[in-house]
Amino acid sequence: MKRNLVLFGLFVGFLGVSWGVQFQPGIAIFHSFVSFSWSLIKVVPCAFIIIGLFDVWIKRETVEKHLGEGSKMLGYFWVFALAATTVGGLFVALPVAAALARKGARTGMLFTYLAAATITRVPMTIFEATFVGIKFTIIRFVVSLPLLILASEAMAKLFPHFQMQEKE
Amino acid sequence: MIVLYIVTGILLVVSWKANATKTRKALKIAWKRFARILPAFGLMVMAVAIVLPLIPPEFIARSLGMNNRWLGMTVGSLLGSISMMPGFIAYPLSGILLSQGVPYMVISAFTTTLMMVGVLSFPLEKQYLGTRPALLRNLMSLLIALLVAVITGFAFGEIAL
Repeated sequence: MKRNLVLFGLFVGFLGVSWGVQFQPGIAIFHSFVSFSWSLIKVVPCAFIIIGLFDVWIKRETVEKHLGEGSKMLGYFWVFALAATTVGGLFVALPVAAALARKGARTGMLFTYLAAATITRVPMTIFEATFVGIKFTIIRFVVSLPLLILASEAMAKLFPHFQMQEKE
Repeated sequence: MIVLYIVTGILLVVSWKANATKTRKALKIAWKRFARILPAFGLMVMAVAIVLPLIPPEFIARSLGMNNRWLGMTVGSLLGSISMMPGFIAYPLSGILLSQGVPYMVISAFTTTLMMVGVLSFPLEKQYLGTRPALLRNLMSLLIALLVAVITGFAFGEIAL
Protein backbone atom coordinates (compact mmCIF):
# COMPACT_ATOMS: atom_id res chain seq x y z
CA MET A 1 0.00 0.00 0.00
CA LYS A 2 2.66 2.49 1.11
CA ARG A 3 5.01 1.46 -1.69
CA ASN A 4 2.22 2.03 -4.21
CA LEU A 5 1.50 5.48 -2.82
CA VAL A 6 5.19 6.44 -3.11
CA LEU A 7 5.26 5.10 -6.66
CA PHE A 8 2.13 7.02 -7.55
CA GLY A 9 3.54 10.20 -5.97
CA LEU A 10 6.74 9.86 -8.02
CA PHE A 11 4.66 9.29 -11.14
CA VAL A 12 2.51 12.39 -10.60
CA GLY A 13 5.65 14.41 -9.77
CA PHE A 14 7.25 13.23 -13.01
CA LEU A 15 4.17 14.28 -14.97
CA GLY A 16 4.15 17.70 -13.28
CA VAL A 17 7.83 18.34 -14.00
CA SER A 18 7.42 17.11 -17.59
CA TRP A 19 4.60 19.59 -18.03
CA GLY A 20 6.70 22.38 -16.51
CA VAL A 21 9.75 21.89 -18.74
CA GLN A 22 7.71 20.72 -21.78
CA PHE A 23 9.38 17.30 -21.82
CA GLN A 24 7.53 15.73 -24.77
CA PRO A 25 7.61 12.01 -23.79
CA GLY A 26 6.37 12.99 -20.32
CA ILE A 27 3.53 14.96 -21.85
CA ALA A 28 2.61 11.98 -24.06
CA ILE A 29 2.48 9.82 -20.92
CA PHE A 30 0.32 12.45 -19.25
CA HIS A 31 -2.16 12.37 -22.13
CA SER A 32 -2.34 8.58 -22.15
CA PHE A 33 -2.72 8.63 -18.34
CA VAL A 34 -5.70 11.01 -18.55
CA SER A 35 -7.41 9.18 -21.40
CA PHE A 36 -7.02 5.72 -19.85
CA SER A 37 -8.10 6.95 -16.40
CA TRP A 38 -11.14 8.53 -17.99
CA SER A 39 -12.10 5.31 -19.79
CA LEU A 40 -11.94 3.53 -16.41
CA ILE A 41 -13.86 6.21 -14.52
CA LYS A 42 -16.68 5.91 -17.05
CA VAL A 43 -17.18 2.20 -16.35
CA VAL A 44 -15.71 1.03 -13.05
CA PRO A 45 -17.97 2.86 -10.52
CA CYS A 46 -21.12 1.45 -12.17
CA ALA A 47 -19.57 -2.01 -12.22
CA PHE A 48 -18.80 -1.89 -8.49
CA ILE A 49 -22.29 -0.58 -7.65
CA ILE A 50 -23.86 -3.48 -9.56
CA ILE A 51 -21.49 -5.88 -7.78
CA GLY A 52 -22.56 -4.40 -4.41
CA LEU A 53 -26.22 -4.90 -5.28
CA PHE A 54 -25.43 -8.44 -6.43
CA ASP A 55 -23.71 -9.08 -3.07
CA VAL A 56 -26.76 -8.11 -0.99
CA TRP A 57 -29.61 -9.33 -3.19
CA ILE A 58 -28.54 -12.58 -4.85
CA LYS A 59 -28.78 -15.67 -2.70
CA ARG A 60 -25.73 -17.85 -2.38
CA GLU A 61 -27.83 -20.95 -3.15
CA THR A 62 -28.83 -19.53 -6.54
CA VAL A 63 -25.24 -19.07 -7.72
CA GLU A 64 -24.13 -22.31 -6.10
CA LYS A 65 -26.86 -24.27 -7.85
CA HIS A 66 -26.11 -22.91 -11.34
CA LEU A 67 -22.36 -22.28 -11.21
CA GLY A 68 -21.23 -24.31 -8.19
CA GLU A 69 -19.75 -27.80 -7.84
CA GLY A 70 -22.90 -29.61 -8.89
CA SER A 71 -23.74 -27.33 -11.80
CA LYS A 72 -24.74 -28.81 -15.14
CA MET A 73 -23.95 -27.87 -18.73
CA LEU A 74 -26.50 -25.08 -18.44
CA GLY A 75 -24.01 -23.35 -16.13
CA TYR A 76 -21.84 -22.63 -19.18
CA PHE A 77 -24.80 -20.98 -20.83
CA TRP A 78 -25.21 -18.58 -17.88
CA VAL A 79 -21.51 -17.89 -17.73
CA PHE A 80 -21.34 -17.08 -21.43
CA ALA A 81 -24.47 -14.92 -21.27
CA LEU A 82 -22.98 -12.95 -18.39
CA ALA A 83 -19.61 -12.69 -20.17
CA ALA A 84 -21.12 -11.47 -23.43
CA THR A 85 -22.88 -8.62 -21.65
CA THR A 86 -19.94 -7.63 -19.44
CA VAL A 87 -18.73 -4.13 -20.28
CA GLY A 88 -15.14 -2.97 -20.27
CA GLY A 89 -12.66 -5.80 -20.09
CA LEU A 90 -10.64 -7.76 -17.56
CA PHE A 91 -10.71 -4.83 -15.16
CA VAL A 92 -14.48 -5.28 -14.83
CA ALA A 93 -14.58 -9.05 -15.33
CA LEU A 94 -12.15 -9.67 -12.44
CA PRO A 95 -14.26 -8.00 -9.71
CA VAL A 96 -17.39 -9.63 -11.18
CA ALA A 97 -15.69 -13.04 -11.02
CA ALA A 98 -14.70 -12.31 -7.41
CA ALA A 99 -18.37 -11.60 -6.63
CA LEU A 100 -19.38 -14.92 -8.22
CA ALA A 101 -16.65 -16.69 -6.24
CA ARG A 102 -18.01 -15.29 -2.96
CA LYS A 103 -21.39 -16.79 -3.83
CA GLY A 104 -19.93 -20.23 -4.41
CA ALA A 105 -19.19 -20.47 -8.15
CA ARG A 106 -16.62 -23.16 -8.86
CA THR A 107 -13.12 -22.44 -10.17
CA GLY A 108 -13.66 -23.85 -13.67
CA MET A 109 -16.69 -21.61 -14.15
CA LEU A 110 -14.79 -18.56 -12.89
CA PHE A 111 -11.97 -19.03 -15.39
CA THR A 112 -14.44 -19.80 -18.17
CA TYR A 113 -16.24 -16.56 -17.35
CA LEU A 114 -12.99 -14.56 -17.32
CA ALA A 115 -11.83 -15.92 -20.66
CA ALA A 116 -15.27 -15.57 -22.22
CA ALA A 117 -15.57 -11.99 -20.96
CA THR A 118 -12.40 -11.11 -22.84
CA ILE A 119 -13.48 -12.56 -26.18
CA THR A 120 -17.27 -12.70 -26.46
CA ARG A 121 -18.41 -9.20 -25.48
CA VAL A 122 -21.27 -8.18 -27.74
CA PRO A 123 -20.29 -4.61 -28.81
CA MET A 124 -16.74 -5.74 -29.55
CA THR A 125 -17.92 -8.73 -31.58
CA ILE A 126 -20.17 -6.48 -33.66
CA PHE A 127 -17.20 -4.22 -34.43
CA GLU A 128 -15.14 -7.25 -35.38
CA ALA A 129 -17.75 -8.75 -37.69
CA THR A 130 -18.31 -5.37 -39.34
CA PHE A 131 -14.73 -4.40 -39.99
CA VAL A 132 -12.94 -7.74 -40.33
CA GLY A 133 -15.73 -10.02 -41.50
CA ILE A 134 -18.23 -12.51 -40.13
CA LYS A 135 -16.23 -15.53 -41.32
CA PHE A 136 -13.28 -14.37 -39.20
CA THR A 137 -15.55 -13.97 -36.16
CA ILE A 138 -17.11 -17.41 -36.62
CA ILE A 139 -13.73 -19.13 -36.90
CA ARG A 140 -12.55 -17.37 -33.77
CA PHE A 141 -15.61 -18.45 -31.81
CA VAL A 142 -15.66 -22.04 -33.03
CA VAL A 143 -11.97 -22.57 -32.28
CA SER A 144 -11.58 -20.62 -29.06
CA LEU A 145 -14.75 -21.43 -27.12
CA PRO A 146 -14.15 -25.18 -26.61
CA LEU A 147 -10.46 -24.50 -25.95
CA LEU A 148 -11.14 -21.89 -23.31
CA ILE A 149 -13.54 -24.22 -21.49
CA LEU A 150 -10.88 -26.97 -21.57
CA ALA A 151 -8.18 -24.57 -20.38
CA SER A 152 -10.42 -23.29 -17.59
CA GLU A 153 -11.25 -26.78 -16.35
CA ALA A 154 -7.53 -27.57 -16.48
CA MET A 155 -6.87 -24.49 -14.31
CA ALA A 156 -9.43 -25.80 -11.80
CA LYS A 157 -7.57 -29.15 -11.68
CA LEU A 158 -4.17 -27.43 -11.34
CA PHE A 159 -5.27 -25.14 -8.52
CA PRO A 160 -7.62 -27.24 -6.37
CA HIS A 161 -7.49 -24.76 -3.47
CA PHE A 162 -7.95 -21.70 -5.64
CA GLN A 163 -9.51 -18.74 -3.83
CA MET A 164 -10.44 -15.44 -5.33
CA GLN A 165 -10.49 -12.18 -3.42
CA GLU A 166 -9.52 -8.56 -3.71
CA LYS A 167 -6.19 -8.43 -1.93
CA GLU A 168 -4.02 -5.58 -0.66
CA MET B 1 -22.03 3.00 -22.43
CA ILE B 2 -25.25 4.91 -21.76
CA VAL B 3 -27.00 1.56 -21.36
CA LEU B 4 -24.68 0.85 -18.42
CA TYR B 5 -25.75 4.06 -16.64
CA ILE B 6 -29.42 3.40 -17.30
CA VAL B 7 -29.17 -0.18 -16.02
CA THR B 8 -27.22 0.88 -12.92
CA GLY B 9 -29.73 3.69 -12.26
CA ILE B 10 -32.76 1.43 -12.62
CA LEU B 11 -31.22 -1.25 -10.41
CA LEU B 12 -30.41 1.32 -7.73
CA VAL B 13 -33.91 2.83 -7.76
CA VAL B 14 -35.64 -0.57 -7.69
CA SER B 15 -33.34 -1.76 -4.92
CA TRP B 16 -33.90 1.46 -2.92
CA LYS B 17 -37.69 1.13 -3.19
CA ALA B 18 -37.50 -2.52 -2.14
CA ASN B 19 -35.18 -2.04 0.80
CA ALA B 20 -33.28 1.16 1.54
CA THR B 21 -31.12 -0.35 4.30
CA LYS B 22 -29.99 -3.17 2.04
CA THR B 23 -29.20 -0.71 -0.73
CA ARG B 24 -27.13 1.44 1.59
CA LYS B 25 -25.27 -1.69 2.60
CA ALA B 26 -24.72 -2.55 -1.08
CA LEU B 27 -23.20 0.86 -1.75
CA LYS B 28 -20.98 0.51 1.29
CA ILE B 29 -19.80 -2.90 0.06
CA ALA B 30 -19.20 -1.47 -3.42
CA TRP B 31 -17.04 1.30 -2.01
CA LYS B 32 -15.12 -1.02 0.31
CA ARG B 33 -14.28 -3.47 -2.49
CA PHE B 34 -13.32 -0.66 -4.82
CA ALA B 35 -11.09 1.04 -2.22
CA ARG B 36 -9.33 -2.25 -1.49
CA ILE B 37 -8.36 -2.85 -5.11
CA LEU B 38 -7.66 0.81 -5.96
CA PRO B 39 -3.86 0.57 -5.50
CA ALA B 40 -3.71 -2.25 -8.06
CA PHE B 41 -5.85 -0.20 -10.42
CA GLY B 42 -3.39 2.67 -9.92
CA LEU B 43 -0.45 0.43 -10.85
CA MET B 44 -2.24 -0.72 -13.98
CA VAL B 45 -3.07 2.84 -15.03
CA MET B 46 0.56 3.88 -14.58
CA ALA B 47 1.82 0.90 -16.57
CA VAL B 48 -0.63 1.64 -19.37
CA ALA B 49 0.17 5.38 -19.34
CA ILE B 50 3.90 4.72 -19.73
CA VAL B 51 3.79 1.87 -22.25
CA LEU B 52 1.02 2.92 -24.63
CA PRO B 53 2.77 6.03 -26.02
CA LEU B 54 5.70 3.74 -26.92
CA ILE B 55 3.51 1.63 -29.21
CA PRO B 56 1.18 4.01 -31.07
CA PRO B 57 -1.28 2.57 -33.65
CA GLU B 58 0.94 3.75 -36.53
CA PHE B 59 3.82 1.69 -35.13
CA ILE B 60 1.55 -1.34 -34.75
CA ALA B 61 0.28 -0.90 -38.32
CA ARG B 62 3.83 -0.78 -39.65
CA SER B 63 4.96 -3.79 -37.63
CA LEU B 64 2.05 -5.98 -38.72
CA GLY B 65 2.59 -5.15 -42.37
CA MET B 66 5.70 -7.29 -42.62
CA ASN B 67 6.15 -9.63 -45.54
CA ASN B 68 6.64 -12.86 -43.65
CA ARG B 69 3.29 -14.06 -42.25
CA TRP B 70 4.77 -16.28 -39.53
CA LEU B 71 6.93 -13.43 -38.33
CA GLY B 72 3.94 -11.09 -38.64
CA MET B 73 1.86 -13.47 -36.55
CA THR B 74 4.54 -13.64 -33.84
CA VAL B 75 4.98 -9.86 -33.76
CA GLY B 76 1.20 -9.42 -33.81
CA SER B 77 0.73 -11.66 -30.79
CA LEU B 78 3.47 -9.85 -28.88
CA LEU B 79 2.08 -6.40 -29.66
CA GLY B 80 -1.45 -7.58 -28.84
CA SER B 81 -0.27 -8.93 -25.50
CA ILE B 82 1.44 -5.75 -24.31
CA SER B 83 -1.01 -3.32 -25.87
CA MET B 84 -4.43 -2.17 -24.75
CA MET B 85 -6.93 -0.75 -27.19
CA PRO B 86 -10.72 -0.51 -27.23
CA GLY B 87 -12.55 -2.50 -29.93
CA PHE B 88 -13.78 0.61 -31.70
CA ILE B 89 -10.16 1.50 -32.50
CA ALA B 90 -8.65 -1.98 -32.92
CA TYR B 91 -11.16 -3.35 -35.46
CA PRO B 92 -11.34 -0.38 -37.84
CA LEU B 93 -7.52 -0.39 -37.76
CA SER B 94 -7.61 -4.12 -38.57
CA GLY B 95 -9.98 -3.42 -41.48
CA ILE B 96 -7.55 -0.89 -42.93
CA LEU B 97 -4.61 -3.27 -42.52
CA LEU B 98 -6.53 -6.06 -44.28
CA SER B 99 -7.24 -3.79 -47.23
CA GLN B 100 -3.49 -3.12 -47.39
CA GLY B 101 -2.83 -6.83 -47.74
CA VAL B 102 -1.97 -7.83 -44.17
CA PRO B 103 -2.98 -11.52 -43.79
CA TYR B 104 -6.00 -12.53 -41.69
CA MET B 105 -3.83 -14.73 -39.50
CA VAL B 106 -1.70 -11.75 -38.47
CA ILE B 107 -4.80 -9.68 -37.68
CA SER B 108 -6.18 -12.64 -35.74
CA ALA B 109 -3.02 -13.03 -33.66
CA PHE B 110 -3.04 -9.33 -32.87
CA THR B 111 -6.72 -8.84 -32.00
CA THR B 112 -7.13 -12.12 -30.08
CA THR B 113 -4.09 -11.53 -27.86
CA LEU B 114 -5.18 -7.91 -27.49
CA MET B 115 -8.34 -9.17 -25.84
CA MET B 116 -7.17 -12.30 -24.02
CA VAL B 117 -3.62 -11.58 -22.88
CA GLY B 118 -2.97 -8.63 -20.59
CA VAL B 119 0.63 -7.83 -19.70
CA LEU B 120 -0.30 -4.32 -18.58
CA SER B 121 -3.29 -5.45 -16.53
CA PHE B 122 -1.18 -8.13 -14.83
CA PRO B 123 -0.73 -6.13 -11.58
CA LEU B 124 -4.53 -6.07 -11.23
CA GLU B 125 -5.04 -9.67 -12.28
CA LYS B 126 -2.41 -10.83 -9.79
CA GLN B 127 -4.33 -9.25 -6.91
CA TYR B 128 -7.48 -11.15 -7.79
CA LEU B 129 -6.13 -14.50 -8.95
CA GLY B 130 -2.72 -14.81 -7.34
CA THR B 131 0.55 -14.73 -9.28
CA ARG B 132 0.70 -18.31 -10.56
CA PRO B 133 -2.93 -18.66 -11.70
CA ALA B 134 -2.71 -15.23 -13.37
CA LEU B 135 0.50 -16.17 -15.17
CA LEU B 136 -0.91 -19.49 -16.33
CA ARG B 137 -4.16 -17.93 -17.48
CA ASN B 138 -2.25 -15.50 -19.67
CA LEU B 139 0.03 -18.22 -21.01
CA MET B 140 -2.88 -20.49 -21.93
CA SER B 141 -4.64 -17.53 -23.53
CA LEU B 142 -1.57 -16.82 -25.64
CA LEU B 143 -1.49 -20.44 -26.83
CA ILE B 144 -5.20 -20.39 -27.66
CA ALA B 145 -4.79 -17.11 -29.56
CA LEU B 146 -1.90 -18.52 -31.62
CA LEU B 147 -3.91 -21.63 -32.44
CA VAL B 148 -6.87 -19.49 -33.49
CA ALA B 149 -4.52 -17.45 -35.70
CA VAL B 150 -3.07 -20.53 -37.41
CA ILE B 151 -6.51 -22.04 -38.07
CA THR B 152 -7.67 -18.65 -39.39
CA GLY B 153 -4.68 -18.76 -41.74
CA PHE B 154 -5.78 -22.17 -43.06
CA ALA B 155 -9.41 -21.09 -43.39
CA PHE B 156 -8.49 -18.08 -45.52
CA GLY B 157 -6.01 -20.06 -47.61
CA GLU B 158 -3.02 -18.08 -46.38
CA ILE B 159 -1.16 -21.19 -45.32
CA ALA B 160 -1.45 -24.73 -46.61
CA LEU B 161 -0.18 -28.10 -45.48
